[in-house]
Amino acid sequence: MSSPADRTYSESHEWFHREGDLVTIGITVHATEALTDITYVEMKPTGTELSPGDSVGEVESVKTTSDIYTAVAGEVAEVNQSVVDDPSLVNSDPYGDGWLVRIKVADAGPLESLMNASAYDSMNG
Amino acid sequence: MDGYRATMTETQTLLKSPLAAFHQEHGAKMVPYAGWELPLHYGSVADEHVWTREHGSLFDVSHMGRIRVSGQHARRFLDRVCTRLVRGMALGQCRYSLICNESGGCLDDVLVYSFAEDDFLVVCNGANRAKILAHFQTVAGQEDLKVKIDDQTVSTCMCALQGPDVMSLIGGLSTEIPTLKRYRFTVKNVLVMKIIVSRTGYTGEDGVEVILGANFAQQALGMMLKRSGDAPSIKPAGLAARDSLRMEAGMPLYGHELDESIDPLSARLDFAVKIDKGETDPQEGRFIGQDALQAIAEAGPTRHLVGLKLDGRRSPRQGMQVQHEGETVGTVTSGCPSPTLGHPIAMAYVPSALASSGTSLSVDLSGGTPATVVELPFYRRS
Repeated sequence: MSSPADRTYSESHEWFHREGDLVTIGITVHATEALTDITYVEMKPTGTELSPGDSVGEVESVKTTSDIYTAVAGEVAEVNQSVVDDPSLVNSDPYGDGWLVRIKVADAGPLESLMNASAYDSMNG
Repeated sequence: MDGYRATMTETQTLLKSPLAAFHQEHGAKMVPYAGWELPLHYGSVADEHVWTREHGSLFDVSHMGRIRVSGQHARRFLDRVCTRLVRGMALGQCRYSLICNESGGCLDDVLVYSFAEDDFLVVCNGANRAKILAHFQTVAGQEDLKVKIDDQTVSTCMCALQGPDVMSLIGGLSTEIPTLKRYRFTVKNVLVMKIIVSRTGYTGEDGVEVILGANFAQQALGMMLKRSGDAPSIKPAGLAARDSLRMEAGMPLYGHELDESIDPLSARLDFAVKIDKGETDPQEGRFIGQDALQAIAEAGPTRHLVGLKLDGRRSPRQGMQVQHEGETVGTVTSGCPSPTLGHPIAMAYVPSALASSGTSLSVDLSGGTPATVVELPFYRRS
């Protein structure tokens, strides 16, 4: 299955979608298939300042707890309360309603150096 | 995202299960484990877990080491390396045992199958197979015992069928197998296949573990699944569900609850240690680690393995600290959100004084999550 072309991807299986100065972060189908049933989501609270490579929070499955990392600096603007309340949304709609967190960025430049959809898909090919 | 990246290592040198084609056909997520490529899951760990408790699952456990030990001194040799008594085992009996080092630490936990007075099979953990083979060779050499140690792991396949529907399915294939008592096995000849079937398992459910020639495994599985018809009550399940099932059943996993620095008495495996081996009957001999374990038994272990029930939804994981009144007192060895019980569970080592049921502790997640010591197992089938 092809990943959506409207966003960029990290090697650690997060996706980043920019609209203006807001960047939405989620995890890819490849990640949700590896984790399977996500049982818990905890993101850093609104207002948290993040540097590139910082953990923005954690997702848990039966098998494991995984940190989620941001590739860009910014401030947590919004946590997706729907996935906190119902973590299975991350499995059912990872590129849509299952997004995790939005951060407000000063410079979205680092996102340009991430993989596009076809590069990401070929990495997992 | 981290955590699972560690499983995405090189795959070219991994051993392939004889059932690899079956796994691929069933959409398995394959991962490297103990030198093998094996199914982690087939889509949903939680569904596989619940299906095992309610119906039944097939687990490929071909990575488990299968070491045939035979010859004139085979029994004497096994009584030297195993903490449990091997002398006097009935033919067709399986016995769980530890293999210890001189200081009483666990080199592995194993199942010994008794085929004849001088013919045994030792099933050990996949990750410990090379270590146990080397240990066996060393002990046999040092003590000049006439014993043939034959690693049959790669030439055979091993599967576990676990769950409440398993015995009735097997009843359609064999009238003998459902009459087996727990920890007994039989050898069935089906066409040209020789199949070892034991009433054992690692999930807390009734069921069997099956060992057969690698060449015939796929064919035998096909025959069995054909039997179960179009709406199979037995589905494949992966290693991840096997792990959460064994945790609920309070069963130790080597590398978590057991390692070379942990003695079986602290792990509450007293039943698997014949602490006075050889003392009333010298024919039994003494086992490696017995002196150390006798000293530990006499003084009483300073720590014990406990079950923890946690508040909240966050899951404890191996390596997290256990605290009591603000002091770090122990370490989590395994943990998961229990699919059957609906709350997080963990196993941990804590000082013996804090090991009784009802003791209030905490685990260092989200700034300290309350945890209560509970009896193991967490789950017992009704």
